[in-house]
Formats: sequence, C-alpha cells, structure tokens
Amino acid sequence: MNNNDIVLRVEDIHKSFGGNEVLRGVSFDVRRGETKVFIGPSGTGKSTLLRCINQLTPPDRGRVWLDGEEVTNSGARINYFRQKIGMVFQNFFLFDHLTALRNVELALLKVRGMGKAEAREKALTELRQVGMEDWADHYPAELSGGQAQRVSIARALAMDPDVILFDEPTSALDPELTREVLEVMKKLAREGMTMLVVTHEMGFACSVANEVLFMENGVVAEQGSPDLLLHDPRFTRMKDFIGRIDSRMED
Amino acid sequence: MDQAVFVFDILLPALMQGLVVTLQLIACSAPFGLALGIAVAVGRQYGNPVVSWLCKTFVFLIKGTPLLLLLFILYFGLPAVGITFTAFVASVVGFILCNGAYNAEYIRGALISIKEGQMVAAQALGMTRWQAIRSVILPQALRRAIPGLSNEFIYLIKYSSLAYMITVIELSGAGKLVATKYFTYTESFAAVGIVYLVLVTITTVAVNILESRVAVPGTTRAATAAQL
Repeated sequence: MNNNDIVLRVEDIHKSFGGNEVLRGVSFDVRRGETKVFIGPSGTGKSTLLRCINQLTPPDRGRVWLDGEEVTNSGARINYFRQKIGMVFQNFFLFDHLTALRNVELALLKVRGMGKAEAREKALTELRQVGMEDWADHYPAELSGGQAQRVSIARALAMDPDVILFDEPTSALDPELTREVLEVMKKLAREGMTMLVVTHEMGFACSVANEVLFMENGVVAEQGSPDLLLHDPRFTRMKDFIGRIDSRMED
Repeated sequence: MDQAVFVFDILLPALMQGLVVTLQLIACSAPFGLALGIAVAVGRQYGNPVVSWLCKTFVFLIKGTPLLLLLFILYFGLPAVGITFTAFVASVVGFILCNGAYNAEYIRGALISIKEGQMVAAQALGMTRWQAIRSVILPQALRRAIPGLSNEFIYLIKYSSLAYMITVIELSGAGKLVATKYFTYTESFAAVGIVYLVLVTITTVAVNILESRVAVPGTTRAATAAQL
C-alpha cells in the first residue's frame, strides 16, 4: 500500500472519563476513498473515538494525522482541520433558527469567508447532492428526521472535507427514514468520499464498508472486510455480537 | 379655575414635557442596557474564570442594592472623587447598569437552555467558540429571552421615574410639580399613571409583533405567537 494514499492516521488513542477507560489504545489508517465501519456493543467507545479524531473530545494519549499533518496538539489550527474532517451526528444538530439552506451556508460564510452568492450556489449544490434542494427554505422543525439528517450531511459536504465521520447517523430514525439516509451515504461512498461510520446497520456495513472494525471494551477486537469477519471461522466475536442482536430481535 | 383649562393648558403640556424627558431617558438607556446584558451574560457563561467572576459579581452587586442608592452614588457621591455627571447622564448610567444586570440574567437563562449540540455542531464545522456564540447560540438565545427582556424594558419605563429623585424632571416629576403647585394630587397623578399605562401597552403590543416576526417556523413558539 502506498503511504500517500493514507488520508487519516489514528495512533494509539486513549481516553478515560473519570476512572472509566473508554478507549484503550486504538490505531488504524484510512485510505482515501475508503469506508470504514465501526460496530460493537454500546459503551465501547465508538462515538468517543470519532470525537477524539476531530478533537471535540481531546484524547488523553495518542495522535491523529490528517494528510501527514498532526491534528492533535494543533492549537488554533484545529479549526482548519475540523473543516477538513466533517461530522454527522446521531441527533443531526442542525442550527434550529436557520433554514436548510442557511444551515449549509453558515460555515461557508463565517469560516471559509465565501461571498454570499458563491456560498448560496455551493449550498444549493450540496442540498441537491442529498436530494433536499426543494426543502432549502424550510426550517429544521419542519423537516422529518431523515430529511434533517440529509441536510446535516450536506452541511458537512459543503466544507469539501477529506473525510466525514458519521456518529450513528440513523440511530434516531425509523426504518423508512433510515433507508433514505443510507441511500445518500451509499452514493457518497460510491463517489469516492472517505467515510468513518459508527452504526448498527449490518446491511450497510456489508454492502458499503471496505473494512469493518469490531470494537469491544475500548479496543479494536476484530478488523477485516465484512465478508471475512462474517464468514471466516477464525473470527468469532463479531458474529457472536450479531447473533445476540438477532436473537433479541426474534424474541 | 376651570377644570378644562387646568387639564389642557397646565397639566397636559407639563406632562408632555416630562414625557419627552422620560422617553429620552429610555431611549438612551435601553440599547446600551441590552448590549451590556448580552456582554455580561456571554462573559459569565463563556468567559474565562476571571471574566466570569467579574460578570457574576457585577450582577450580584446591582441585584443586591437599590437602584435609588446607585443613582445617589452616581450623582451625589462621584463628584467627591472628581467625576461629575449631569443629573440626566447620571440617571442614564444608573439605568444602563441596572437594566444590563437584570437583562444579563434573562439572557443567561436563555443561553443555558440552548442544547449543547448546537455548539458542538458549530465547532465541528471549524467555527471558533466566539463564531459559534455569535452566529448560532446568541440568535437562538435572544429569541428565547424576549419575554424576560420585555419585562425588564417595562420595568425600565417605570423605574425611569427615579430620575426625579436626582432632579431630572421627567414624567413623574412633572406630575409632582403640577400636583403640589395646584393642589391637584388625584388628577395629576391619575394622568401620570395613564401615560405610563399607555407606554406599557404600546410596548406590550410591539413585543408581541416582534416575537411573531422572529419566531422560527415549525416551532411551538411560532404557533403560539401566530394566535396572538
């Protein structure tokens, strides 16, 4: 593998909250255009891991590199890296007082310093990407969860990020709305966006992920292609986990 | 003396003059009181520990002492240390400090009510804390603070009468002068009261209009405002 292909490098991330060590040394490399999916029981640090990557939660130990530049300990330059590392949240976190269009525009105007016309043009383009251009003038409270999540994806896309972090993007949605959001994410993956996705959607993981990382107790317990983890007899822990979910669903 | 002559030639002209002063006091105090309130609330909520402590202490001192005392200090006390204000300026400074401190508490309450996710999402896009406060947090918080702020504005209309205690002849003062000169306490003070009622009524209507104008579509606030 050519080293230049690696867009994001995560090295030995540790994080504790109080006495509880949530992340106990997580490392991986992300190649450009790759989709990595993180799966695992609740409370194993998957969301914390994503937040450590863009320093919303500063890790106790370990480093993160984006395109060869260190993101950790970058001081005020962190705001530059955060533009390049998009994030999509479980509960969307759209800016409640702004229309869909203004949600996407805001950081273009304030952070990138774009002109009004250019920012509007770009925001509309991104809304079109996620199929929300007809809803540009609606406010978050007027959107369904699936629509709101698509707008929040457009908001992340607008900054032209090198990688987007998805923190359980469909966990707050019913199956119908989950599908419309996953469709958008699949499209992005096909178009070559680099994505790290924390999710419980096994179907999405199997069809889109280049690699699945199964996390347990703050470490990556198993790592490989979805096919490998699901069918190779040497890997058992993720299969056990999925089995537990399935048997619960059948009850 | 004829009652009509008293009302139209003496009482009303005097009250109108006083009203102009009252309106000047309010117009000079309210915008700065709002600005001070925003600054103190943001400073207390998001500032470093020193700034936060200063803001908290300022609010504590103003809340803990009578406004009248503040006006006395500004007008009668400060000349002793070489700072001399006219009575009007001393009143305006006192009102700004008082109005600002109470506004700060209303705004702080609204700031606290904005969900943490709004700040997180803004920062995840590369905004600085300050950019996030300005563009994301404050616009939402100020909307929520409108009921409290309008309450405080109405208080300002009424406590502007304290300026009379440091010789500013505003609405209440003008009424008092007429009342004592012509021994018409009931009529004069009733008329003064009616003028205040009118001012407060205008404010209430204006605030309702403002609130429905800035309401965010799709929220319950917008629905309630539309019914008014």
